[in-house]
Amino acid sequence: MIKAQVLTAAEAEGPVLALDEPLSFWGAFEPRTGVIIDVHHPQRGACVKGTILVMTETRGSGSAPGAIAEAIRLGTAPAAIILAMPDINLAIGAEVAAVLYGRPCAILAVTPHELTELRTATRLRITAEGAITSA
Amino acid sequence: MTVELTDHARGLLAGHSGKAMQLAMRLVLKAAEIMGAERLLPISFAHLDACFYTGQAHVDFVRFLLENGATLAVPTWTNNGVVSLADPTLRPLAEDPEAVSGAGELMRLYQQLGTVPTWTCAPYQHSGGPGFGDHIAVGESNAVSYYNSVTGARTNKYGDYLDVACALTGLAPDAGLHRDEHRRATLLVDCTQLPEIWRGEDVFAHLIGHHTGRLAGRRVPVISGLPPQTKVDALKAISSAVASSGGVELWHGAGVTPEAPDVATIFSGGDVHRVTADDLARAHADLSTASDGPLDAVALGTPHFSLTEFGEVVRLLNGRKVRYGMLFLISTSRVVRQLAAAKGWIAELERAGVEVPVDVCTYYSPRVRGLKGRVMTNAAKWAYYAPGMLQVEVAFGSLKECAESAVRGEVWRDPSLWTSS
Repeated sequence: MIKAQVLTAAEAEGPVLALDEPLSFWGAFEPRTGVIIDVHHPQRGACVKGTILVMTETRGSGSAPGAIAEAIRLGTAPAAIILAMPDINLAIGAEVAAVLYGRPCAILAVTPHELTELRTATRLRITAEGAITSA
Repeated sequence: MTVELTDHARGLLAGHSGKAMQLAMRLVLKAAEIMGAERLLPISFAHLDACFYTGQAHVDFVRFLLENGATLAVPTWTNNGVVSLADPTLRPLAEDPEAVSGAGELMRLYQQLGTVPTWTCAPYQHSGGPGFGDHIAVGESNAVSYYNSVTGARTNKYGDYLDVACALTGLAPDAGLHRDEHRRATLLVDCTQLPEIWRGEDVFAHLIGHHTGRLAGRRVPVISGLPPQTKVDALKAISSAVASSGGVELWHGAGVTPEAPDVATIFSGGDVHRVTADDLARAHADLSTASDGPLDAVALGTPHFSLTEFGEVVRLLNGRKVRYGMLFLISTSRVVRQLAAAKGWIAELERAGVEVPVDVCTYYSPRVRGLKGRVMTNAAKWAYYAPGMLQVEVAFGSLKECAESAVRGEVWRDPSLWTSS
């Protein structure tokens, strides 16, 4: 069990999608489908919908909160996002979407070492308190 | 660590002023916790980026605020929108009905919220804004960079919704660039070896900004060797370029910007980079995806054109018309357009075949006036983003090269540029 820092709380469970490069939620990701569209991204074409998305950090954009909120609204967002760098934009976007749409998306931060461990998991379960276990 | 809150802030958090203000306070507090702030600071001004449409969630957010009693605590100005409320024909509905109608609705809702509808990415060109040492909350990257660096006000780059939350509560986390210890430079970009005449060219500001942003990433750089008489338009160009090629939110110009009387005062040590002519040539090549040749359009005004830039382009065109069929766009704000109109410049530009849209920027989709093909610009930021967002190739050049090329209908290069005498 790993205890993460909770940036936005929610319960979640799903298959792990581990990204090799940071993802910009705005521009590199299509909220209408949940698919990564950045031609430079190694996981281009992967769909984040319903996954436990594991990545070191996001590529910063001030429009990221709107993009994640839009994905949550459309039901194309990950069930949870686990990062090694706390990310204000994702935390804010997920918080706003939870209030507007009543749909949760957990945003969590762990240590780089823990993140490496989580990358190899196939399926994870997350509690509202930030406890991460294999599912 | 817990964030220290005033009674007023506690009241907002408890919902005493309604659900909208409660959400705003929760967002500011969440940001403060993530940033490790011990307290919140009162701010005196905000500039919102959340009025720039990126999806229906943006509209739902401001609607929620309006329906739940939100009120702004500080004077709050708006970034440009996706559409122009002054001219709905710029981005026709048919190009993307959902985005075009959503964008207009979003802007009208932010007006209802009580913002000052400046609709500009260059709010620092309007009078009545913040001054040196003021704590503010700004979202648009070039404005963050300019306000921090040139005005000497203090802001972090506040992403969408958090910018609005700061404006509603009048508070920001006491962290990052609000604090002295994070405002010192850790990278020195030394231009003193370059010919002095180059450093005074308008195109130099865009190139050195682009190059510095690439080097700096998210660090605070100090640039040495900028001429003491560097104009605010050049400082705007640098502010904008460092924030698009890099994640720079504050830069210093030794002897030029207010917190950097000299290198020694502001540089706390770190990497030193000496800029060469090759660096500038590389930056130029980086920003030019097109070969020289016949031109389809010219796009100026990223960030929004200033009054002095209008004067300059009128002088360069000197009564000549742009080539027939050429789309020549200069983006600006309503306020600056009005000032330029009072001088007779807008009428003169329109006679020359130049269009001066307000409220918008031109490198986003849906396209303005069907913009495509080989496009010339003097703006590093436009050159950086447009090829990815629109189906265009960019020829980057000086303002003089842009004006001259528009008249000739093909890319013209200034033979006197980059000579040393």
